[in-house]
Amino acid sequence: MADLAFWMIVLLTIGSAATVVLNRKLVYSAIALLFTFFGIAGLYVFLWADFLAGVQVIIYVGGILVLIIFGIMLTNRITSVNISHTSVQRGLGAFVVLGLLAILVTMINTTPWLQAEAVEPVQTVGKVGYLLMMDYLLPFEVASLLLLAALMGAAMLSRKSN
Amino acid sequence: MTIDQLINWIPFGADWPATTFFIAVLVCALIIFIFIAAYALTAIYGEVKISSFMQDKVGPMGQGVGFHTGKFGLLQPVADALKLLLKEDIIPALADKKLFIMAPFVVFIGAFISFAALPFNQHTIVADLNIGIFYILAVGSLSVIGIILAGWGSNNKWSLYGGMRSAAQIVSYEIPAGLSIVTVIMLTGTLSMQGIIEFQTGTIWGIFPNWIIFNNPFSFIAFFLFFISGVAECNRTPFDIPEAESELVAGAFTEYSGLRYAFFFLSEYAEMFVVSAVATTAFLGGWLSPVSGYFEGPVWGLFWFMGKSLFLVFVMLWFRWTFPRLRVDQLMSVCWKVFLPFTLVNIFGVAIWSLIVG
Repeated sequence: MADLAFWMIVLLTIGSAATVVLNRKLVYSAIALLFTFFGIAGLYVFLWADFLAGVQVIIYVGGILVLIIFGIMLTNRITSVNISHTSVQRGLGAFVVLGLLAILVTMINTTPWLQAEAVEPVQTVGKVGYLLMMDYLLPFEVASLLLLAALMGAAMLSRKSN
Repeated sequence: MTIDQLINWIPFGADWPATTFFIAVLVCALIIFIFIAAYALTAIYGEVKISSFMQDKVGPMGQGVGFHTGKFGLLQPVADALKLLLKEDIIPALADKKLFIMAPFVVFIGAFISFAALPFNQHTIVADLNIGIFYILAVGSLSVIGIILAGWGSNNKWSLYGGMRSAAQIVSYEIPAGLSIVTVIMLTGTLSMQGIIEFQTGTIWGIFPNWIIFNNPFSFIAFFLFFISGVAECNRTPFDIPEAESELVAGAFTEYSGLRYAFFFLSEYAEMFVVSAVATTAFLGGWLSPVSGYFEGPVWGLFWFMGKSLFLVFVMLWFRWTFPRLRVDQLMSVCWKVFLPFTLVNIFGVAIWSLIVG
């Protein structure tokens, strides 16, 4: 049961990710990204990272994907639906991709992976919160500062008169 | 009954786990779908009747012996549904067909899968997830994508404007809604829907139910912030700017007809119920009885949950027929300049309150 669900999610993730890369219409790529994000959220669930799965959906689908689609819509004339991206240097690209694949497969096969007898955690949210507030407080706060700076920058840029 | 119990209950479950899993998922999905359809028909009837009452007219009703649309117009929603099913399915020639066809389903799935985490009573919940309330907030963002798809796929200026407005609105109002829920989570210390409700058992001073809305002044304000943001997320009047029939014909739904339009319609009502149910769970004690110790048990639990949720749905209908529509700039300034500061103060206030009082 879990296996079947896992392979379905894997198929969804890889299939939609391939669509993102291979489809010629930019809008279709963006929409296929929706399924990729959901598939990755599903994979997080299989890693018992349920909170991370929720974060994945809320940030990537609710935030970033909406932003991407907005960007596509605003940079194009409303009446024409055809925005496409083309692929150049296919031979070189294929060479680089296959080389990368070979390196990754070798790496995965030769690395002595540590396999722990993991027990399903009762709840993960509390632990994540504890770590963020105790061990990783400084990076957490620095990240918020960075986001604040980005927010202020965006507000500055959108006000053309200043 | 949760989906895990359902899987264990199916007799041949151990022999064919995959089949059992699919059967259990299908049964749950079917029950929820039937529930949504039945509830939507009731809500549509409620909407026409309540709006008529508020506008001092009679609304749909039987003629004489009661045959036109049944006694008191009770068959009106059935007639509406039949009309939507029988209408011609039109896809504009210049529309982006794939996106156009996909959009209603994406919107509907966004509303539909939220029902998996709604606790109807002590035992009835499809899955009591550890991250229940967070899950509902997360999958709600799916409907934004669907509405943008509808706007883009229709290849029509009104639709595109409607889609853009809707996306901007929902993305903005998700923030005060989510931050209001944070105040609840700070009190309960859990994201599980049943856990949040169990936190609210008991009474305050032996009289008031110990619901989060009565817990402290900040959570009292948080309820209203959440509910109003929820109304905005459903694109309901006074926040129905994406649809705004006087400006945009029907916004993102302009080109849709028949069954495809029916799916948008259904998901709007389903979303209203989800928002009301989350508000009920998070602030109004969910399936808990208002009189602690009395009227308890599974059937009463269902009654209280449905009663509270449907009352909030009624309040949304009430909003629709009494408030005029906001302008786009008013909508955004309300969200970012009023709601957001209030929710942030709320979070701070609840933190201080928890430290000092409890």
